[in-house]
Amino acid sequence: MGFTAARPLCHGCTQGEAGSAQAPNSRMSAIVQFENVGLRYGLDSETLSDVSFSLASGGFYFLTGASGAGKTSLLKLLYLAQRPSRGVIRLFGEDVVTLPRKRLPGFRRRIGVVFQDFRLVPHLSVYDNIALPLRVAGMEEGEIDAPVSEMLNWVGLGDRGQARPATLSGGEQQRVAIARAVIGRPEILVADEPTGNVDADMARRLLTLFEALNRLGTTIVVATHDLPLMTQVGGAQMMKLDKGRLSDPTGSLRYPPKPQVAG
Amino acid sequence: MAGPDRRAAAAARHRLLPEGRVAGPMPWIIAIMMFLTVLSAAAGLGLGAAVKAMGADLAGRATVQIVEADAQQRDRLSASVAAVLRKVAYVRAVNPVAAAALADQIRPWLGQDAASGDLPIPALIDIELTPGQTDAKVDRLRRQLAAVSPKIRLEPHAAFLAPLAGLLSALGWLAGGIVLLMALATGAVVVLAARAAHDSHRGTIDVLHLMGATDVQIARLFQRRIGLDALFGGALGFTVALLVIVLLGARLLATGSELLSAIHLPWTSWAVLAALPIGCVLLAMLAARWTVLRSLGRLL
Repeated sequence: MGFTAARPLCHGCTQGEAGSAQAPNSRMSAIVQFENVGLRYGLDSETLSDVSFSLASGGFYFLTGASGAGKTSLLKLLYLAQRPSRGVIRLFGEDVVTLPRKRLPGFRRRIGVVFQDFRLVPHLSVYDNIALPLRVAGMEEGEIDAPVSEMLNWVGLGDRGQARPATLSGGEQQRVAIARAVIGRPEILVADEPTGNVDADMARRLLTLFEALNRLGTTIVVATHDLPLMTQVGGAQMMKLDKGRLSDPTGSLRYPPKPQVAG
Repeated sequence: MAGPDRRAAAAARHRLLPEGRVAGPMPWIIAIMMFLTVLSAAAGLGLGAAVKAMGADLAGRATVQIVEADAQQRDRLSASVAAVLRKVAYVRAVNPVAAAALADQIRPWLGQDAASGDLPIPALIDIELTPGQTDAKVDRLRRQLAAVSPKIRLEPHAAFLAPLAGLLSALGWLAGGIVLLMALATGAVVVLAARAAHDSHRGTIDVLHLMGATDVQIARLFQRRIGLDALFGGALGFTVALLVIVLLGARLLATGSELLSAIHLPWTSWAVLAALPIGCVLLAMLAARWTVLRSLGRLL
């Protein structure tokens, strides 16, 4: 699965720095904007400091950095599990920091999350786990079966629908987590170390799933420190966190994957 | 959505929390509390009914005593007092108590000598006043009879049994208080159970929360499960309490005592008792909803 469409760029990065031929910035809209965001847990020093960036709708982004650099914290802010201590975060054009709490579920439904530890619901079958976002969104039961079956087949688990998560291998659980994250056709998919628990072959296959989803228009944000993995996605961009700061954001495409121009 | 589809959707939603009881002992605790609550409520209602019946029975009744040692004078005075009483407009009934009946009543205490005539037993006349303003009528009648003879005394029946009625009434209020305390305790048990359930299902709740489930959606899951637990416990406790009440009622009737037989439950009281398990379920669901919404409110 390769890219066939023009890829957006990280806002704030120049074309030259991006090092790849992409769609012009003027045609992109920022789906995520962080402005001077800081995050502090309790009285500790800031986990994230002065983080500013914006992500274009339909982009594919890798977030990298050493362990403890703040990747998971940044993702938590992105999927609305945490409010920042300071700064502004805009999702889908709205400031979510000051957004009333009761409006957050609507935003969360537009974001798919693949957790590092999968967080599958252990007493539910694979089928019910994948159907969860649709049921949360209030979809009628009769309309659920088709997309869930399709998704099961898409992740290669068509015959494991009634299995419990505990009976699945790590890779299979990972695929269920991905299927659950994407079944609601989220506008943003956030994945925290999605390849951390799988072998290289499975990692490549998972990435292929993300690319396919990205081609459908979903903005992908993947936190990883797997550099070889990043080089496999054409047009993807990299943000690097270092001790809570987004280091050299304009040079974040220092490891640009081979550009794949729309053809 | 068609019926079967709606049922399937509901079943799927209900599966979001693990099947089985959310907090093991909760239904049993609720059963015990419901048992005690129904018994307390039945006691309160029964005693209330007894006090009411006693009040209605005694209101407007009084006994005129003619305390005269000489039997002949006593009989004469008794006849003239009865004649006076019959002329009073607000005296509805005048019933002189026969000497034999009086002797029968005091025989258990005084033995056969009671009827010998050696003992100066006062003559009694039971009277019934017209309804309303009983105290004022008794006062007026007392003055009227005092004018006839200073040896005449008037004793309203309510005065005899006022301490007993007061005791029964106090017991009734105590039972009502126990019902209220039980309701509070039930609410507290449910709050604790809901908190425990919330904590033990924290992982699932977090996932649902991050998928965009609203607080109300999540609270409904707990509300339903705790409601079912309360329904089970409430029905069990109510059924056992009902059996005990029926058995106790039979024992009370078997005593043959007029006073104890006055402790009965009218149909309105049975309706109140039947509403208790329903109230328990509603209380449990509300407490669970409040607790879970409050816990979720602490999340972003």
